[in-house]
Amino acid sequence: MNSLTSIASNRLIEQGRKAAVMLKITELSKLILLPFIGIAIFLVMWTVTANSIETSLGKFPGPVAVVEQFENLYSEHVAEREKAQAFYQRQDERNAARTANDPNYVAKIRGYTGKETFWDQIITSLITVMSGFLLAAIIAIPLGIWMGLSRSLQAAINPIIQIFKPVSPLAWLPLVTMVVSAVYVSPDPIVSKSFINSMLTVTLCSVWPMIINTAIGVSSIDSDLINVSKVLRLSAITHVQKIVLPASIPMIFTGMRLSLGVAWMVLIAAEMLAQNPGLGKFVWDEFQNGSSDSLARIMAAVVVIGFIGFLLDRGILALQHWVSWDK
Amino acid sequence: MNWTATLAQQIIRPLLLGMSIGASICISPALAEVGYPEKEELKFGFIKLTDMAPIAIAYEKGYFEEEGLYVSIEAQANWKVLLDGVIDGRLDGAHMLAGQPIAATIGYGTKAHIITPFSMDLNGNAITVSNDVWAKMKPHIAKQADGFPVHPIKADSLKPVVDEFKAAGKPFNMGMVFPVSTHNYELRYWLAAGGIHPGFYAPHKGDTSGQIDAQALLSVTPPPQMPSTLEAGTINGYCVGEPWNQQAVFKGIGVPVVTDYEIWKDNPEKVFGITAEFAEKYPNTTIRLTRALIRAAKWLDDNNNGNRPEAVKILSQSNYVGADYEVIANSMTGTFEYEKGDKRAVPDFNVFFRHNATYPYYSDAIWYLTQMRRWGQIEQDQSDEWYKDVAAKVYRPDIYAKAAQSLIDDKLIPATAFPDFSKETGFKAPQTHFIDNLTYDGNQPNAYINSFVIGLKQGDKL
Repeated sequence: MNSLTSIASNRLIEQGRKAAVMLKITELSKLILLPFIGIAIFLVMWTVTANSIETSLGKFPGPVAVVEQFENLYSEHVAEREKAQAFYQRQDERNAARTANDPNYVAKIRGYTGKETFWDQIITSLITVMSGFLLAAIIAIPLGIWMGLSRSLQAAINPIIQIFKPVSPLAWLPLVTMVVSAVYVSPDPIVSKSFINSMLTVTLCSVWPMIINTAIGVSSIDSDLINVSKVLRLSAITHVQKIVLPASIPMIFTGMRLSLGVAWMVLIAAEMLAQNPGLGKFVWDEFQNGSSDSLARIMAAVVVIGFIGFLLDRGILALQHWVSWDK
Repeated sequence: MNWTATLAQQIIRPLLLGMSIGASICISPALAEVGYPEKEELKFGFIKLTDMAPIAIAYEKGYFEEEGLYVSIEAQANWKVLLDGVIDGRLDGAHMLAGQPIAATIGYGTKAHIITPFSMDLNGNAITVSNDVWAKMKPHIAKQADGFPVHPIKADSLKPVVDEFKAAGKPFNMGMVFPVSTHNYELRYWLAAGGIHPGFYAPHKGDTSGQIDAQALLSVTPPPQMPSTLEAGTINGYCVGEPWNQQAVFKGIGVPVVTDYEIWKDNPEKVFGITAEFAEKYPNTTIRLTRALIRAAKWLDDNNNGNRPEAVKILSQSNYVGADYEVIANSMTGTFEYEKGDKRAVPDFNVFFRHNATYPYYSDAIWYLTQMRRWGQIEQDQSDEWYKDVAAKVYRPDIYAKAAQSLIDDKLIPATAFPDFSKETGFKAPQTHFIDNLTYDGNQPNAYINSFVIGLKQGDKL
């Protein structure tokens, strides 16, 4: 009997092990294989459809054409960097020559005047979106917390938020542009007007989801926690620090994720419309150029825009894990 | 200069430095004459058209840098944005339609005192119609022995098509790039010469559509969007600069029927516009940028257009015009393709320097003013003197002459390449070579205005 049970139990264990291995394999395949298959099918479908779409600029670009353009964009970037280096060298020489002739001359180094490469545009877009988003966060989170704590403030501000939240960036942009050019006047500006324009448009559009989510997060804190705070007679600041913030972090981050998604989408549209430097301008310029490579280059930009959007979202998630370490 | 970057810089640099100091001592007399630029960092705007070439070439060939100017060049969305940029100081100067500085100075549209020390090119535009319209025009056009139509094609052959549209109750729409653009006046000139009324403006009544009494309705479309607007069927034809006519041929969506060279041989096209304030505040900078542009224009026409392929390569970069090499080359290298396969030699389709193309003639400015009066943009009669005064306010051959003289003194360009500045009056001899065979004398604008069959004449008021 004993041996029988042991055999049975061995079998069970064996089966269990097998099942576990199978589970791991299916899990792995879910993690790697399925997305891989999905992407492969997408690429095939893309190639097939692209081949059958004939535009006045030639065939719609397939994956191969896009990869080719990535290579082109990279080599253009390298070439431009070399030109920039030569530019700085010529400038040094010219400055030296002039100082030799004209001792009063205060030589200065000017930035490279050549074109912005694709890589530069990506960096510009990232800087703009992060500045606009941070500005929005600086406004939205304190305001949201305050609103969550005070019912009357919430009642007062809520209608305004609800009305402004669905406004498209394209509607804000002309207003922002005019106001910025009227107010931001300086003979030697630190940052360019176009940067301020894009940044403020991003802020205006991405501030709302953060306010709303923060306010909801704060107002729905467990009443037990609030009672604890009351019993301990925590000061307002400590109350916010020790009770409100930790408890509402998940909601704040949900708002931030939503906002950053909006910010990234808005930025591309704003850059396109206002001709502000960045990926949006890159897309618009290529559309205007109407060369046979234009569509492939735009598609390359689309892929990059999507990828960066995804990375930004992951970035916020990672930040959330890092901030709420205690959970 | 690319090779310098790759070579061992530490060794080369001091060497080059010594050389450049030596060089600057050699040319110091000229520097003393013109003086260092007061403003060194400049931003210029342009519209994606091949005739922006002098700016791109002055940059790429280092002519701006040799003047001590650090110029960045930025494409603009449309002519209005560009003009506003120059007026509000976002741009220091720009590639402009010849009519823009004039209109701005007399206050048609945005009022601002814009001047031009440099005329950028001659010719370079064409009128394109959609395939449908072309098919309907063709039976009315005489054919050559090889089966292709006889050029120049007059709007007489378009008239039956416009009448057909009218009979069917459909509007005949055409695109041009800006109300005071060369293209607007050329398109109007061509249509009116063929008996098609392009419509009047009446700004004093608040009507700036330019469609009063019109048989063909003209509206504004930015140059790079012309082909796609034609393709969408919103317009039936357009007048625009290159490469957007050749683009229509390549895309197979339309047929260029006439170039502006055939409408008015060697007509002045774009100019380089800056504000009067800029020229006053930064006189040396103004002369220096004019010098660089003159050198670039000369380079473009040197060796009998021999540098053009290189220029086309530069222009096809995405930050300049950005269209395909072949499309830009089609018109820039002295040919022009009308119907697909009908490629003809038009060596003067784009003129940047020869025929004194860069000299800002008063008579050119006055021609634009006469057309503004003809179509009602200038709502009332003005004296011949008024026309000349306005021209002298906007066109500044004095600045051009200073820049050219310094180039002659520096032995960079021979004096023979320029008009004789001691005798030049700024008025071209009466010009013929118009598609309707009229003669234009810049000294008598009112007489010229009265000579048109279609158009406002002296004493007319809408």
